[in-house]
Amino acid sequence: MTQPILSFRNVTFGYQPGKPILRDVTFDLRPGRITAILGPNGAGKTTLLSLTLGWLAAWTGEIHLAGTPLKSLAPQERGRRMALVPQSEHTPFDYTVLEYILLARAPHLPPLAMPTAADTQIALHALEQVGISALAERPMPQLSGGEHQLMLLARALTQLHPSRPNGVLRKGTGGEGFLLLLDEPTSHLDLHNKARLIEILRALRKTGVTLLMTNHEPEVVLALADEVLLMESGIAPQFGALDEVFTAEALSRIYRLPIRLVQIDGHKQVLWT
Amino acid sequence: MLNTSYLPLNRSLTLLAFALLITFSLSALIGRYPAPGFLPFERLAQDELAQRLFFNLRLPRLLTALLLGMTLSAAGMVFQLLFSNPLVEPGFLGVSQGAAFGAALAIVFFGGSALVTQTSASLFALAGLGISYLLAHRLRYGGWVLRLVLAGIAVSALFSSGLGLLKYLADPLTQLPEITFWLLGGLASLTWGKLLSILPIVLVGLTVIYLYRWRLNLLALNEQTSFSLGIAVGRERWLLILAAVLPTAVLISVSGMVGWVGLIIPHIARRLFRTDARFSLPASMLIGGIFTMLCDDLARTLLAGEIPLGILTSLFGALIFLALMIFQPMPNKQ
Repeated sequence: MTQPILSFRNVTFGYQPGKPILRDVTFDLRPGRITAILGPNGAGKTTLLSLTLGWLAAWTGEIHLAGTPLKSLAPQERGRRMALVPQSEHTPFDYTVLEYILLARAPHLPPLAMPTAADTQIALHALEQVGISALAERPMPQLSGGEHQLMLLARALTQLHPSRPNGVLRKGTGGEGFLLLLDEPTSHLDLHNKARLIEILRALRKTGVTLLMTNHEPEVVLALADEVLLMESGIAPQFGALDEVFTAEALSRIYRLPIRLVQIDGHKQVLWT
Repeated sequence: MLNTSYLPLNRSLTLLAFALLITFSLSALIGRYPAPGFLPFERLAQDELAQRLFFNLRLPRLLTALLLGMTLSAAGMVFQLLFSNPLVEPGFLGVSQGAAFGAALAIVFFGGSALVTQTSASLFALAGLGISYLLAHRLRYGGWVLRLVLAGIAVSALFSSGLGLLKYLADPLTQLPEITFWLLGGLASLTWGKLLSILPIVLVGLTVIYLYRWRLNLLALNEQTSFSLGIAVGRERWLLILAAVLPTAVLISVSGMVGWVGLIIPHIARRLFRTDARFSLPASMLIGGIFTMLCDDLARTLLAGEIPLGILTSLFGALIFLALMIFQPMPNKQ
């Protein structure tokens, strides 16, 4: 069995002493898989991403990134291996889209160095991948919510691009060892861009990148996820393959709604009334 | 292919650098000796008094004006980016008010000789920063930006009430005017000795800020984002705060309050050179240097007596800023 890219061992965390929101979280992410974190509002999904990032420190338990304890990883090395796509992000200055996503080359640059033409090419390529090349010179505050979200994805792609000048993420190679965290990546996207995002994330998986995302939309989870981490307030989350964990009973329980899973044209669909 | 070339911005920076050199050379020749206007070269070559004036008074003063403008503008840019707030200026962490209090204290209680005033002003400027920092650690409210800003406001208010008390205690015929003139800012009493005493700190600070110009953008991001990009946020942030505050403090200690440069010049630079600090930071330094030298030229030549520099920087800074806001379209508008 290959070494897990991310492993949680009995992780407990809370914001207030004595009130843990994550209890005894244990799971392993294997390389090149997509895992969806599901759970009701307030169950600790985003908190779990922040713990993975190292932004929050667990009360107890251990988190390893590709076998290395997260705490002992140098910041720059961590930035090279793991990127985050937040839901949205605010800055009071009007950077252009290209200037902004170019900042994600920082972990690949020596101290005090500035991005080169090669870095600019990587950033432009990332914009092309998510389909917003036309926005490269647009000031960020002028982006719509969906465009903003796509830009954040392009930034993560820029960040996870290998350091080697000619290194590219190709099918079946290049992305091993990378972990991409996504927080509700489809929350602002229209149907077209949602479909596009699904395609992009599938293509990333083929390069070997491991993805961990929170998502509220069952159709996105059904289309993408290999594994599901099901979170319920107050109890240890359940981790397993999509078919085992993503069941009508489990969904009905965590969302406290009668939910059915049905087959339409050979695709699973979630129905609720 | 997209227009991603930075050639036009680089070229404009080179032009600005030339403008700075020309301003410097002309400023060195302008003055009120032997008559208001330019000092002719022949006169400078023959007149011993003109030479002394040129080398011992004008040059150190001009160099200080240049460094003052560059430092305040660079530090202003650093603070505005670090605090993600376009309204902060380099002295707001208790530094300006601390320096003012220190200077007034020296004038009222310690005789107010130049050296004592300068030392006291820079010590209290740094004390202002130190207290703000310690207070920010103690506050239990908001993120680090808000905490530091609040601490800075509180410390500034404390020092300014102390300054008020000192003004009240000061002898209204001798000490009070001296405090008032110090607060209005000026470089009239500048000597090589004063300049050399602050030069090392200023040069080191400016160099550090210049080298960090691209990474400044990274620190302007929200904190979790810079963390996710693998930046050691806390360390780099304090390095830059020190690189901005230390030169500001020592410069204020010799120049007094020269307001608005650190607030307005960074805005002008961002307007003209876009937000990316790779370009807007050097632009801010150059524009700040030119602007302050020109203001100081006016301060010492316009009238027979000296006009306080702070008055001119506020007046022209605000006018230029308004003109830019009204007439110059946003560079990135599509």
